[in-house]
Amino acid sequence: MDVFEAPGTAPESAAATQTAAASTGAPTAEDEQGLARFLELIESDARVEPTDWMPAAYRKTLVRQISQHAHSEIIGMQPEGNWITRAPSLKRKAILMAKVQDEAGHGLYLYSAAQTLGTDRDTMFEQLITGKAKYSSIFNYLTPTWADMGSIGWLVDGAAICNQVPLCRASYGPYGRAMVRICKEESFHQRQGFEILLSLMNGTDAQRQMAQESVNRWYAPALMMFGPPDEDSPNSQQSMAWKIKRFSNDDLRQRFVDMLVPQAEILGVTLPDPDLKFNEETGHYDFGELDWSEFYEVLKGNGQANTVRVAKRRAAHENGAWVREAARAYADKQAAAAEAAALAANEMVAA
Amino acid sequence: MSVKQRQAPTGIVTPELIEAEIEGGLVATEAVAQYALGLGDDALILAHRLGEWIANGPELEEDIALGNIGLDILGHARSLLTYAGSAWGKTEDDLAYFRSEPEFRCRQLFEQPIGDFGQTIARQLIASVYFDSLYRALMHSSDKTLAAIAAKATKEVDYHLDHSTQWLLRLGLGTDESAFRMQRGLDAMWPFVDELYRAEPVASGDFGAELAEGLEGIAVDPRALRAEFDAVVPQLVRDAGLTVPQTSAVRGGGRQGIHSEAFGPLLAEMQVLARQHPGASW
Amino acid sequence: MPSPGDSGAREEWPLWEVFVRSSRGLSHVHAGSLHAPDETMAVRNARDLYTRRNEGVSVWVVRASDITASDPDAKGAFFESPQGKDFRHAIYYTKSEGVAHL
Repeated sequence: MDVFEAPGTAPESAAATQTAAASTGAPTAEDEQGLARFLELIESDARVEPTDWMPAAYRKTLVRQISQHAHSEIIGMQPEGNWITRAPSLKRKAILMAKVQDEAGHGLYLYSAAQTLGTDRDTMFEQLITGKAKYSSIFNYLTPTWADMGSIGWLVDGAAICNQVPLCRASYGPYGRAMVRICKEESFHQRQGFEILLSLMNGTDAQRQMAQESVNRWYAPALMMFGPPDEDSPNSQQSMAWKIKRFSNDDLRQRFVDMLVPQAEILGVTLPDPDLKFNEETGHYDFGELDWSEFYEVLKGNGQANTVRVAKRRAAHENGAWVREAARAYADKQAAAAEAAALAANEMVAA
Repeated sequence: MSVKQRQAPTGIVTPELIEAEIEGGLVATEAVAQYALGLGDDALILAHRLGEWIANGPELEEDIALGNIGLDILGHARSLLTYAGSAWGKTEDDLAYFRSEPEFRCRQLFEQPIGDFGQTIARQLIASVYFDSLYRALMHSSDKTLAAIAAKATKEVDYHLDHSTQWLLRLGLGTDESAFRMQRGLDAMWPFVDELYRAEPVASGDFGAELAEGLEGIAVDPRALRAEFDAVVPQLVRDAGLTVPQTSAVRGGGRQGIHSEAFGPLLAEMQVLARQHPGASW
Repeated sequence: MPSPGDSGAREEWPLWEVFVRSSRGLSHVHAGSLHAPDETMAVRNARDLYTRRNEGVSVWVVRASDITASDPDAKGAFFESPQGKDFRHAIYYTKSEGVAHL
């Protein structure tokens, strides 16, 4: 999914700048040739692969977008991971474990894709746990009730899928391939969320109330996941020209709302927007103005969970340091022993 | 890219399959149900603990590995509890969420907190060796459902044992700190080994002689599995440059409903939501 | 040169490329990559990450730094030779079209 910068706070990732540096400065003949080839690839809808020449800004945009997407998956494990130990049935517990585990996998696929652009995962982790990197604001909301597991699946994953399906055709090959795998795996995420809500809506009064209250909280933030309205989203144009992004924020948001309304009817939940109604002329659902001030507040770090999320990720990473070191030390010792044994064997042959 | 998603081959036992068979008339006898309940509780509580690792692992790859192991074991728990419940007209969820502490039958090893990664690996090692020998024997049970559950579990546990063995070696022979932590983990978990290999109370008659009689050829006597533990684990520990702990054994009593201090809070957390909505379905 | 993404010795755990055989009779195909301290763990991590939905019956792992890739700078020249040799393909032979068993 896209991760949006608060106005005037575009962070410069050190590594992205560093890797981009190789192709800055005065353009050489090689650069010009490379650029022509790059534009030809983009034009013909072909894929750009890691070793191809690419403009520094394209590389930088990709590293930022893919790593932020990866961070979002990893941080996104927390709001749902919070309920694994309290899941109300064993089937739901298994599904939730598998889902949160998938998110780790998705983060991992994406870090791998970003790593092909020259920024290694350890560096990206460091940026995340030191609070330098951005991730999707949606994960700075809290999950106070079980129904939030349903809303996250139905609304948040639903919005993410809307965003991600076109990314399967992103011009950068490794990103597109990672997204293909992710989209296939995510198809169950949205369905399980929908079914959680459906069970609640078919349940007791208290359960129905829980579901509606949760949808009330998640509906607008999910719509905001597509990013600011097109006229306030200047970076989108370049991303679309490079065919990283295929549809505008507003187009995707509209597509999402059109999908949601009939689904909400099946669930029997009310979408919290009095202005929501079908427009015969356009064939789409019109919906009310979103409160972007809240979006920007969360983006600025004033959400319910911004600091907690990063701190928790940091703790996991730091608590695991001795394990990672041990495994590395063991590998080094084994390699050294194997080398010594090979050397000894050679000497015996020589003698 | 070919990411094929295939259905599990038919014949693999799942909780849903057992549920369908129960609807078709399958009922466990009281003795078998009590036995399955004990094994199911062991698996349930261990899986719950492993679930605590998700999003907290030492590395993303390990998060996923522990998740897979937890899901395998949760699968065993669900099958066993579903089957056990058939004797009393109860579902897996009735048993997991609506029993109180003394009604649980899990052995105390599984209740212990996850601790650090060293402690978790220590428990996984002990548990995997135990499950490995248990399920391999249970595959030959004359009870077809238990045999089928064991047949699936034994293959999965084989991998769990490998996972914990690999980490035992790496932590034991990695750095000074990791050797210290791995040793501390083993020392913490070792007192709970004995209880695993004590007779099932049903077999020793604690629940009444009629249960023991009903289990011949069906249940596995854990006492017969101890020799394998003693043959395998101390050697693995020494191979990892560590010391076989010389700790005394806890009194235990999990199968009789006597649980360790860590269990109450675990249960409170696990059951809180389900108990707020009795009779609800999710 | 190694595969893209190789981080040399910069990272604590090196990068590995993973190849999965989805079923018997098919080749191993590149599935993605992962980090692992050594080959023993790499192949296990690959199993856990890339086959948890029944995607494979066999996995290969290769340390990214051990891969030898063709030189990207020589791309055009390196793959020029097959261009213009359509006679290597059956479709080049149009006169035999319609003849059975050809």
